[in-house]
Amino acid sequence: MKKFELNNLTRGIWKENPIFYLMLGLCPLLAVSASLKDALGMGGAFIFVLLGSNVTIALIRKVVPAHVRIPVFIVVIATFVTIIDYSLAAFSPQVHKNLGVYLPLMVVNCILLGRAEAFASKNNVINSALDGIGMGLGFTLAILVIASIREFLGQGTLFGISVLGKNYLPFLIMIMPPGAFFVIGFLIAIKNSFGGKKNAE
Amino acid sequence: MLNELNLGFIFLSAFLVNNILLIRFLALCSFIGMSTDIKASTGMGLAVVFVTVVACSISWAVYNCLLVPFHLEYLRTVTFILTIASFVQFEEIIIRKKSPVLYNAFGIYLPLITTNCAILASAFLGIDYRLNFIQNIVFSLGVSIGYCFAIVLFASMRDRLKTAPVPASFTGVPIAFIMTGLMSLAFLGFKGLFKL
Repeated sequence: MKKFELNNLTRGIWKENPIFYLMLGLCPLLAVSASLKDALGMGGAFIFVLLGSNVTIALIRKVVPAHVRIPVFIVVIATFVTIIDYSLAAFSPQVHKNLGVYLPLMVVNCILLGRAEAFASKNNVINSALDGIGMGLGFTLAILVIASIREFLGQGTLFGISVLGKNYLPFLIMIMPPGAFFVIGFLIAIKNSFGGKKNAE
Repeated sequence: MLNELNLGFIFLSAFLVNNILLIRFLALCSFIGMSTDIKASTGMGLAVVFVTVVACSISWAVYNCLLVPFHLEYLRTVTFILTIASFVQFEEIIIRKKSPVLYNAFGIYLPLITTNCAILASAFLGIDYRLNFIQNIVFSLGVSIGYCFAIVLFASMRDRLKTAPVPASFTGVPIAFIMTGLMSLAFLGFKGLFKL
């Protein structure tokens, strides 16, 4: 068996994108996607935690007894979540404030525990690190797509910079909670319609 | 702030105005996954109400009586998730031994509840809002009843959906999200009830 495979990195970004393919970890995705800046902060924090927890779990996978593995994984994840929680509070208080309760809630995010259980507990460190980065990037990509649609339609801006000019009448519902549900519903429907075509061929 | 309001307002705020599912986007996995029939979602909802109220009271006590006096606030994420996980486990054992009827009603949902973010969120929010013990109980009751209410409503809507003509690419999850969006829109109306 090869030491590492690049496939582990790319898989999470597109083919097995945790959001659009596996439908996991939706809570932070919808909650902090009202503006691109917060979405980027969430994506960064997510990559950090996923990479850290995947690497740690791959390192200790042989010493952890099988029947207590879930609590151990949760503690590892919670440790990295606490690190990023306090670092963000120190270095970027505004983003930390906007992410609010969704940052510590990453502990119960299904993607993190899912990757720990399904991948990192069975593979070596390098592969797990690649998987962590890939899945993290996949999540970041998804949240950025949703955030750009919501911010563009809801405020006429991207990253706070006006794109549509002053005369644009904001589609306010987009930056409010219902908008998030509509956008993700339509995105999955679009993805399904493409997938359906492929199956028909 | 929330901790200056009276208990009725705290309850209403958690239950309707800031509904955990429709306004705060939490616990969506179980919302989309479990809401396929009314019976299952009622069982899940009631299990969540019970676990949330007890688990939040325990976490509140652990935070204020253990972590704060020793200046260990940074351990709250780790402590809370472990408290909730062990409580749920403990609960499952007790219910299975003492009341098979209750176990059949919602015992099977208990393991799923550990990773239900509504519970952890309401524990965190109670701390963030600096609620006292009684307020915290009322708050967690409001949060969990809001969850139960939303998931049962949604399950009954999904029942109707089974016979509705839905465009092919929208069947299943996409239409569920669109419907959640519409419900969320309706819940936004409650924002006018009172000013926080």
